[in-house]
Amino acid sequence: MTLLTTVFAAIICTVIWYKNAPKNEMKVGILCWMYWGASLMWLVDAVFEYAELGAEYFTPAPVDMLNDFFLGLSAVALGLVVWLAILLVKDPRGVVRTALFKKN
Amino acid sequence: MACFIVPVAEAVVTTAITKVVKSKETKLEALKVETGKESFETEIKIPFSRKLKWLNNMLWGGSFLLAFEHVWHGEVVPWFPFLTAASDPAEASVMLSETATVGVSMAALVTAVWGVMLLVTKAMEKKALKTQPASN
Repeated sequence: MTLLTTVFAAIICTVIWYKNAPKNEMKVGILCWMYWGASLMWLVDAVFEYAELGAEYFTPAPVDMLNDFFLGLSAVALGLVVWLAILLVKDPRGVVRTALFKKN
Repeated sequence: MACFIVPVAEAVVTTAITKVVKSKETKLEALKVETGKESFETEIKIPFSRKLKWLNNMLWGGSFLLAFEHVWHGEVVPWFPFLTAASDPAEASVMLSETATVGVSMAALVTAVWGVMLLVTKAMEKKALKTQPASN
């Protein structure tokens, strides 16, 4: 479920990036790399788990599924927080700089 | 248990390599890309340091979220020895074996995907060079 959540996040971010390319004002590319990297790593985790559990891997207990989904959502949220921090620090549109140094 | 350590180690190495490659890159190669109806746009050939950045971003980003998952499961703690499995010798050997199998596979898959991306971009660059007319 964590893998599935991250893959969906990666797909959505890639679609948003593609729609706005070559403009990269919002730095959505950062999110794409982060989510795709995590998805690939969790895919390997899933393959090893499948090799261990077999078909049982696809029928998890509802509680485990909910916990994994909760983890996936938290990972996506953490990725968004990192992206937001990078966006505000790099400030490609100069919005933060303007707001901070604005004369009253 | 600590599988994210392998991609992190690879990310450290590739980040260092990126810095070295970037400092050596001076001239950017220009390509003319056909944009339809006999019009062309000049594109810069993607420098290798930029391609390396793709790998860095995937490795750092992926291992960061994976590290978070380990914190979530209580496998990584903010006090020494940071990895809960490291305090028990029996668990430590399982952790090392998992790092050697799962961790190495993770790093290998991310690198392999990046390799495929390199091949695709190389083919695209070649195609752009071919469409460049002889007169230009």
